[in-house]
Amino acid sequence: MTAFDIALWGIVPYIALTVFVVGHIWRWRVDQFGWTTHTTQLLENRWLRLGSPLFHFGLLAVIAGHVLGLLVPASWTHALGVSEAVYHALAVWGGALAGLAMMAGLALLLARRLINGRVRRTTSSMDKAMFTVLVVLVVLGMVQTVGVNLLGGGYDYRETVAVWFRGIFYLQPDASLMVGAPLAYQLHALVAWIFIGMWPFTRLVHAWSVPIAYLWRPYLVYRKRSGTPAGARR
Amino acid sequence: MRPMAQVAMVMNLDKCIGCHTCSVTCKQTWTNRDGTEYVWFNNVETKPGIGYPKGYEDQRHWRGGWVLDRRGRLKLRSGGRVKRLLSLFANPTLPSIDDYYEPITYDYDTLINAPAGPYTPTIRPKSALTGNDTAITWGANWEDDLGGAAENAGGDVNIAAMPAEAAERVRFSFEQTFMFHLPRICEHCLNPACVAACPSGAMYKREEDGIVLVDQDRCRGWRMCVSACPYKKVYLNHHTGKAEKCTFCFPRIESGQPTVCAETCVGRLRYIGLVLYDADAVEAAASVTDPGQLLEAQRGIFLDPEDPAVIHAARAADIPEDWIAAAQRSPVYQLAVRDRVALPLHPEYRTLPMVWYIPPLSPVLDAVSDAEGDNTDPDQVFHAIRDLRIPVEYLASLFTNGDAEVVAGVLMKLSAMRGYMRARTLDGSVANELLDATGMTADEMERLYRLLAIAPYEERYVIPAAHHEDGARLAGLDTGCSLDRPGGPGMSGALEAAGKGPVDLPMPIPPPARSGGRR
Repeated sequence: MTAFDIALWGIVPYIALTVFVVGHIWRWRVDQFGWTTHTTQLLENRWLRLGSPLFHFGLLAVIAGHVLGLLVPASWTHALGVSEAVYHALAVWGGALAGLAMMAGLALLLARRLINGRVRRTTSSMDKAMFTVLVVLVVLGMVQTVGVNLLGGGYDYRETVAVWFRGIFYLQPDASLMVGAPLAYQLHALVAWIFIGMWPFTRLVHAWSVPIAYLWRPYLVYRKRSGTPAGARR
Repeated sequence: MRPMAQVAMVMNLDKCIGCHTCSVTCKQTWTNRDGTEYVWFNNVETKPGIGYPKGYEDQRHWRGGWVLDRRGRLKLRSGGRVKRLLSLFANPTLPSIDDYYEPITYDYDTLINAPAGPYTPTIRPKSALTGNDTAITWGANWEDDLGGAAENAGGDVNIAAMPAEAAERVRFSFEQTFMFHLPRICEHCLNPACVAACPSGAMYKREEDGIVLVDQDRCRGWRMCVSACPYKKVYLNHHTGKAEKCTFCFPRIESGQPTVCAETCVGRLRYIGLVLYDADAVEAAASVTDPGQLLEAQRGIFLDPEDPAVIHAARAADIPEDWIAAAQRSPVYQLAVRDRVALPLHPEYRTLPMVWYIPPLSPVLDAVSDAEGDNTDPDQVFHAIRDLRIPVEYLASLFTNGDAEVVAGVLMKLSAMRGYMRARTLDGSVANELLDATGMTADEMERLYRLLAIAPYEERYVIPAAHHEDGARLAGLDTGCSLDRPGGPGMSGALEAAGKGPVDLPMPIPPPARSGGRR
């Protein structure tokens, strides 16, 4: 294991996470006005109507899969009586399906962004950088799930990549676990850190504004002129 | 009883000549920025017509406003809370920019840079969205003075809502039709559907004066307000990705001045004043089951500012004395409640709109003249109102959910006022039969005449200034205009411009096509 490996798997994650946290705090404090989905549905509706739900719902399933695969240790699922074969089938087929939906949605959204002049004009340089990284990240992810695990020989990332990933949060990342991982896994992880580092500076911040509180908020909102939220009705 | 104050407006449609001065001055003040090229906080429509955006009144299509569910409770027509969150990724009822119109500019440079030649250089329209050549095929007032009505106005849902025999007689051929202008701003509703639909809670109604605003810092661009508003008076700024709407010119209102649209109205047809209403009665008024009772219920939530019990409750609710006094002199309360000549636009949307309209008498008078009658003779006009049902039924589908009797009553009152004042001015006689017909006293008649015909500035606009007793504390909180910050209107991509000096507000001149990137 070289110093380069340690930098890659022991230091890069912390740089990315620091940028992620500090960047969000900075953005939240200085740029409430820019904190938006930047929706372009007004400008183009037909492709978005199909692409956006495909992408977002696929993405939610993909995130759930990552939580299951990376944060839940294999011993837990074993303890629950989930055999390796069942887990593998679920992860591979579920992951492939979710990934496919997300990729199809992303393809539709990117195609409309490229082809439709109205939408293209609203695309900022930050959007372009973010979409590029996102595409690479998604393709690498699909290479793992479909290429390595579905069509190839398979790779048990739960014993290596997942353990390393959890180690980051215990402040004890074991870089040696990543050194032996297939190239697709290594690249996916690296691009993911870049993506996470970019997050606070892109439109992705809208993900933290999922308006769950709408479910129980009173319908009508009243506020005093001074700007402090006041009582509401219904 | 829980009295609250609301700044409200009445527009006298009889006086509107469709000059669009209100629209232009409003646009110059509020929406001459990137991303709002297509936005008109104030627009003037010609009716009959499909309006701006196209066909916005067709709620079976746009699903704006409120309806009653099976148990008689109010719910947004576009669906409940869970459904709304599930449709965050693609709003099924969002209008497209083409439902408004594609904003354009011109390649003005051509005029300056064209080489010397035998012909005058011309400029071509360019899409403000793409910078490419474009054909102008629609606009915010495309239907001005019934332009294109033969083709389009048949799609006006207010005609479909008329009784069949009256609707059949609506004609769009020249010399057989009727028309009037309908200026529209945000209704600043008492039961605003846009506020109820905003997932972020960024839209709110101000407690003090009822003005409905979008908090630009809290809006996250979920665009649910745009589709929930049945009047389509919330707009998406496609440059900043945030919702914007008519502000009732609150900085002017706070200092006791009328809105820009009202101030610049050359017809002097707008009235601004306070109304006191019972906040506890709003929900019941919005959810009356009998559609025929909607108008009366909505009028019924206004509180009489002369009633000692109301005054007492208003004081208890911290409404200042000068505001109570202003409510007593309010032209809006006078026209809507005392004289009962002002009507709400589409009460059936159940949002309790706060911009009311005095229906126009002119289409009826025109009809009398066309029938070679004397449109100054109240008898003939009364007759026409009864017989020539076309304009009346049409006005009824706009203002009373189809109750033609209410509209006819208002028009007769206006016609009686004209006849009464004509007689008094010509020979000093008092037309008692007209007073009897309308149930008004001579004083009431003359007061109505003064307010509608003379319309003195101080009586049209009775606007108490906001109270700044706590101004020092407020100034300490935040001194800037929230639109001046990095990422304010005129630019977005906040990150590129954060802390880079003043925010410029350029005229939208698009760069050449395919250059990509936001300025």
